[in-house]
Amino acid sequence: MAEIRFILNGAETVVNEDPTMRLLDVLRDLMGLTGAKEGCGEGECGACSVLVDHDIVNSCIMPLGNAAGRDIMTIEEFSKTERYNVISRAYEDAGAVQCGFCIPGMIIATESLLNKNPHPSEIEIRDGLSGNLCRCTGYNMIVKAIQLAAERGDGLW
Amino acid sequence: MSDISKSIPKSDSAGKIAGETIYIGDMVLDDMLHAMTLRSVHAKARIKSIRLPEMPEGYFIVDHRDIPGDNCVNIIFDDMPVFADGKVNYIGEPILLAAGPKRKKVKEIIDSIEVEYEPSEPVFGYSKSVVHHEFEKGDAASVFCKAERIIKGSYSTGYQEHIYMEPQGVIGLYEDNKTTVIGSMQCPYYIKNAVVRTLGTGQENVRVIQAATGGAFGGKEEFPSLMGCQAAVAANKTGKPIKLIYERTEDIETTTKRHPSRIDFEAAAGEDGSIEALRVRVFLDSGAYIGLSGVVLQRAMIAASGVYTISNLSVSGDVYETNTVPNGAFRGFGAPQMFFAIEMFIHHFAIETGQDPLALRKRHLASMGDPTSTGGTFRDPIIMGDMIQKAIDMSGYDEKIAEYSKPGDHRGIGMSWVLHGCGFTGSGEQKHIKAVVRLRKEKDDMVTILAANTEMGQGAMTTLRKIAAGVLGIPIEKVIYNNPDTDLVPDSGPTVASRTVMIVGGLIARAARQLKEKWVPGKEILVEERYRQPDYIEWDEDKLRGDAYPAYSWGVNVVEVEVSPVTYEVDLKGIWAVYDIGKAIDERIIIGQAEGGLSQGISYGMTEVMECREGRIQQRNMTDYIIPTAGDCIPMEIVIMDNPYPLGPYGAKGAGELPLVGGAPAVALAIENAIGKRIDRIPATPEYIMELMENG
Ligand code: FES
Ligand code: FES
Repeated sequence: MAEIRFILNGAETVVNEDPTMRLLDVLRDLMGLTGAKEGCGEGECGACSVLVDHDIVNSCIMPLGNAAGRDIMTIEEFSKTERYNVISRAYEDAGAVQCGFCIPGMIIATESLLNKNPHPSEIEIRDGLSGNLCRCTGYNMIVKAIQLAAERGDGLW
Repeated sequence: MSDISKSIPKSDSAGKIAGETIYIGDMVLDDMLHAMTLRSVHAKARIKSIRLPEMPEGYFIVDHRDIPGDNCVNIIFDDMPVFADGKVNYIGEPILLAAGPKRKKVKEIIDSIEVEYEPSEPVFGYSKSVVHHEFEKGDAASVFCKAERIIKGSYSTGYQEHIYMEPQGVIGLYEDNKTTVIGSMQCPYYIKNAVVRTLGTGQENVRVIQAATGGAFGGKEEFPSLMGCQAAVAANKTGKPIKLIYERTEDIETTTKRHPSRIDFEAAAGEDGSIEALRVRVFLDSGAYIGLSGVVLQRAMIAASGVYTISNLSVSGDVYETNTVPNGAFRGFGAPQMFFAIEMFIHHFAIETGQDPLALRKRHLASMGDPTSTGGTFRDPIIMGDMIQKAIDMSGYDEKIAEYSKPGDHRGIGMSWVLHGCGFTGSGEQKHIKAVVRLRKEKDDMVTILAANTEMGQGAMTTLRKIAAGVLGIPIEKVIYNNPDTDLVPDSGPTVASRTVMIVGGLIARAARQLKEKWVPGKEILVEERYRQPDYIEWDEDKLRGDAYPAYSWGVNVVEVEVSPVTYEVDLKGIWAVYDIGKAIDERIIIGQAEGGLSQGISYGMTEVMECREGRIQQRNMTDYIIPTAGDCIPMEIVIMDNPYPLGPYGAKGAGELPLVGGAPAVALAIENAIGKRIDRIPATPEYIMELMENG
């Protein structure tokens, strides 16, 4: 057990837990934040993506201990932002959502990508999604959604 | 109303994007226990004894002795136990559940259970036939007797794992004499019927509710019945909610997969070069239990002549039981294996008899009025001629195949032609499913669709609402479709076999017409429709004769590749497809189905490797079992034709499976064209390509 402090969705947070506990379990089981999903538990699918210091991280392979002092944002908080509105509208308009299980992770990946590169090329988009698997769509509509978001959200990133 | 095909926002997207949609893993109930499964480590063994550790307070073991009814999972063929009883037949077979408040503790309990086995010799390969079917068309035997030239081919296909992104999961609970199963699923009534039987109770005592389902592709057709029964038994025993969620490795190792197959052909060549008679033999590996393998076999066999009309046909097939993880439903249901085989074979036949494959294929291409493989009739217009031309023009097929066929060129292009019978095989709908749907209008004039079909990403919620709203002439916002709950909706059948829009949507359209006639504002009205098979359909279930399907969807797929002569890796260069699904109820949803399905089909043909050695699945996670990433996929050009089917809602036929079926043969033919060597098995991996290129 250890006392770990970090910022979660804008709020100072203290957790008294085993520091090897997976961040994903902290979020889902302790905090009730179920937007991040467990698709593999081994860092392979990206369904559990969250932003750590505004960079995409697979929360299923991040031990709680590593969260100390970091700024963590999940889909629950990101969905309150203007950037999210642009991204989510683009996903809807592009028809990019099928079963939805990969989608919160994809939204996080989209934000992480556009934050670094507001006008990515198609190749850069595909590259930026390389850690996030989707079995339903074949990705093309997701790529299109990101292109749409980049275009419509010009200036937001 | 404007054209139904015009896309609208999907009903379920907003919640999924925001992470607000609740999947089974997200659900937490008071007092809930976590369950885990103890599994066999032997492919075949007798269980001599099981030694349990001292159980801490609040922790439980649930096994076959706790089953009040039948210890078998009600599928089509009832040979799979809910919990092993004295013997195990595959590695991973469930023996018991341990359940308790802390997952970690439950895992410790599972790890400390000692099972003493007496192993025996397992069966692998195609040796123990447990289901056999055969049918004839024309008189193949006498053609073969006289044939001057007989061409042969043998093709094999590997496993395919669904990798729905959400692993399997259910929650079982028991309250006031009623058992409820909530979970990720395609077929709520399959689970309900299975649980009723396992608990040995009445229909009124079991309720099944679908949770948001994170992908399925057939993998959540019959498999969740097993987990549903286990969770139900555990909930009844403990009186507490039981959450049973698989980890990815467990899911990959122990859930159903696409059947590996071998398919052998013999063709009698006529003097004019045509195929006068075709003999086909199908081998399917069912794994340890038959389940619905017999039906998968039928669909494969019925597709034996592909999209071609061949007058004399002799088809036989067997399901072989092996001591491996049971195989089951997967998008395409036997057709992907057969279409790979027949599309390769007709090419190989043409090449061996010195003909242009395209010309031979066109010569045999089925047209309206032709007899089907089982002696039924293609009743509706077939527009494959146009579709093929479109695909050829879009892809530049003619020029490319000429250029890429030159020696030393490592580019290749391949084209597959497929059909897919829509709905259940034969009289399944009429005899077994007997679908019922209802529409209920409330006083506020909102209309709820009461049907058991599930949204699993394919857009059922949106398309079914669209059909009802369109017929009623009301805004779609006035039509409600909730995740099915068997206490509230009638049994409109499973969400499988590309039947949801054509069959269930058709019933919804009929119910909507009825409701429209009876419509009185401000009044509560309930209408019901039941499935009736078109009168002209005749099917002999034992002989496999007659109209196997009420309608067919058609597809042309073209794939272009480049094969590296150094690493033998295959790069996708272009993908084009043309589909006839009658009428798209929502164009963008259909394009989504097409892109996702075709992508699964192409990777089935080239990258998705799963092997089973001595009964043990070798790929355990998503690093070992490779599905495409965004970087592996390329843009696709897809055209959806308009060819309305008179009995489908707005003319719609089936669409969900069709795009997967032609992916593997298209990419395999492209690779074959690129390397100039004959491909006769999939996946066509770099190792296999290397073997072909080096050994000739
Ligand atoms: S669940 Fe974390 S990467 Fe798959
Ligand atoms: S939408 Fe189903 S996995 Fe991406």
